Amino acid sequence: MLTVKNLHAGIEEKDILKGINLEIKAGEVHAIMGPNGSGKSTLSSVIAGKEEYEVTHGDINLNGTSILEMDPEERAHEGIFLSFQYPVEIPGVSVTNFIKTAINETRKAKGLEDMPASDMLKMIREKSELLEIDRKFLSRSLNVGFSGGEKKRNEIFQMAMLEPKLAILDETDSGLDIDALRIVANGVNKLRSEDNAVLLITHYQRLLDYIVPDVVHVLMDGKIVKTGGKELAHELEEKGYDWLKAEVNV
Amino acid sequence: MSLKDKLLSSHIVFQDSLDSDSPIYDLRGEAIKTFEAEGFPTKKDEAWKYTSLNSILKENYNIFPSKDAPLDFNDIKQYFLNDLDTYKIVFVDGTFNAHLSSTTHDGIDVCTLNSALTKPKYKQIIDVYFNKIAKEESLTSLNTAFAKEGAYIYIPKGKVADKPIQIIHFATGAEGASMLQPRSLIIAEENSEVQIVERHQSLTDKRILTNAVTEVYAGKRAMIDYYKIQNDRLEASLIDNTEIEQHRESVVSLHTFSLGGNITRNNLNYYQKGEHINSILKGVTIIEGKQHVDHNTLVHHIEPNCESHQDYKGIFADSATGVFNGKVVVEKEAQKTNAYQSNNNILIDDKATINSKPQLEIFADDVRCSHGCTIGQLDESALFYLQSRGIAQKEARALLMYAFANTVLSSVKIPQLKQRITKLIANKIGVNIGFDI
Repeated sequence: MLTVKNLHAGIEEKDILKGINLEIKAGEVHAIMGPNGSGKSTLSSVIAGKEEYEVTHGDINLNGTSILEMDPEERAHEGIFLSFQYPVEIPGVSVTNFIKTAINETRKAKGLEDMPASDMLKMIREKSELLEIDRKFLSRSLNVGFSGGEKKRNEIFQMAMLEPKLAILDETDSGLDIDALRIVANGVNKLRSEDNAVLLITHYQRLLDYIVPDVVHVLMDGKIVKTGGKELAHELEEKGYDWLKAEVNV
Repeated sequence: MSLKDKLLSSHIVFQDSLDSDSPIYDLRGEAIKTFEAEGFPTKKDEAWKYTSLNSILKENYNIFPSKDAPLDFNDIKQYFLNDLDTYKIVFVDGTFNAHLSSTTHDGIDVCTLNSALTKPKYKQIIDVYFNKIAKEESLTSLNTAFAKEGAYIYIPKGKVADKPIQIIHFATGAEGASMLQPRSLIIAEENSEVQIVERHQSLTDKRILTNAVTEVYAGKRAMIDYYKIQNDRLEASLIDNTEIEQHRESVVSLHTFSLGGNITRNNLNYYQKGEHINSILKGVTIIEGKQHVDHNTLVHHIEPNCESHQDYKGIFADSATGVFNGKVVVEKEAQKTNAYQSNNNILIDDKATINSKPQLEIFADDVRCSHGCTIGQLDESALFYLQSRGIAQKEARALLMYAFANTVLSSVKIPQLKQRITKLIANKIGVNIGFDI
């Protein structure tokens, strides 16, 4: 589904990603772990199309098509979703109206009519139950005054509504207490299918107890230095990153 | 002949046409002298440094436009708040239009200044309140000199106006370019309440220049909630002078939505004459092309324990220009004053300009005053967030502009008005997505 080939990218002439290779197939969950400053968030931003990063080399393909020339919204229309570490506050626009707009903009891009209101309501009801979100929450202004946990739950709610092919969860576990983490993880697990894939970006192993990855990658200094199964995450939790640093010489 | 000379000579004709027994006959005579001495303001005046009236003073305006310009209600219906039951005071080219209006004398007075000036029963009120708040400077004096018609609202002690009041001034240009000088007087006595929505609307491509003066008097514990919608045609310019006097524990809130017009200058002056007064000044300006909007505000804190809150947001596209000149004066006696002022601006294009100038003159030592001014572009990270959810850049920008203006919109207390202004703003920004009301 997603193929990243020898990706080099940076910001203002500073290289951050220095040759990333990654292959994620439909139905898989991959985790990218790594110490602070290793380039994890840059990778997620570059895949989602943030303009301030410049790709200097390599390619990103989604189902065989390069997405590098696409605007962020076009990538979203193609099925890429990025859950933000710090979602933006939009006063005056409710969660419901925001998600309606996002869905109908995507439908418009595909030449479809707006989703009928009754279908929309039904879907909102289903997905909000999945994430244990109550009605009142949906009429609040997007992310305004939300707690850390509410923001993350709202991100996953949007993901559930948009039904992406590839969901990238950037530090979705940060700032969550154990209950919120369980709800968020449960939501993600229920949304997993044979047709979609998930890329988890995380600093800690804890999230991976709840969303069990098929593949774990370790990112250091802009490169993937080690790839393994879910047991790699446990090893990192136990030993930290220093032993790897020594092993791979960074 | 210059516009000034034309006004001076027209004034002689004007005074001759009026009853010399009028309670304000002498006042008009004095006012024209003030105008004659001071003339129109120029960029040399500090308060007019960033706003030049030159381009609009060259026109040969009709000073006394037509009496009976025909108007079809269907053509102007859109300018009314139709889904809301209101009193209406409607003027067409400066003349009261009874057909379009809905006035009352039942417990409160919602009618015209002309009737208040000519009927003996109002004489006492006119003597007490008329021209007592307005500053003696050139433009307000010019208006006083020609004062004859406008809105007259009187809410007696303890009364609550049972529905909002719409004041609409139409200009038809039926006799060519026109200058209008409506004069309004709004009195809310002790413990009374009133909501007012005001609009100046040109219906013509002829040039229109309006020099309006509104005096607002808020008695003890009175509450006035005032909204100004400025969304006029490109040929219409407005100098809107609003002078507000507040007494103990009163609250006067005024929102100005400046969404269109040629040159718009808002002179908004608050005078706090009592303790525990709250003055609220809010504005949203969204303009493009070569439009110009200037907010010139004054809050004069005279007595202790009062508050003022100013929040002005501006979005400027193309080569539009904005001015915010907010002055807060805290007198020595006005201890424990809380005065807040914020002016935030977004410049969409390189050629757009904003001149933001907060002025604080504080003579008391135990006060809390803050002012902040920002000028910037839309937040790129926020834009990315919206785009990553599939919202195209153009719509994403609109959504962010809407969110930016929302702190002002959210305090509009009349739901139908809020909905109307939300729609106006959505149209202005050029998209119509599922905005909240």
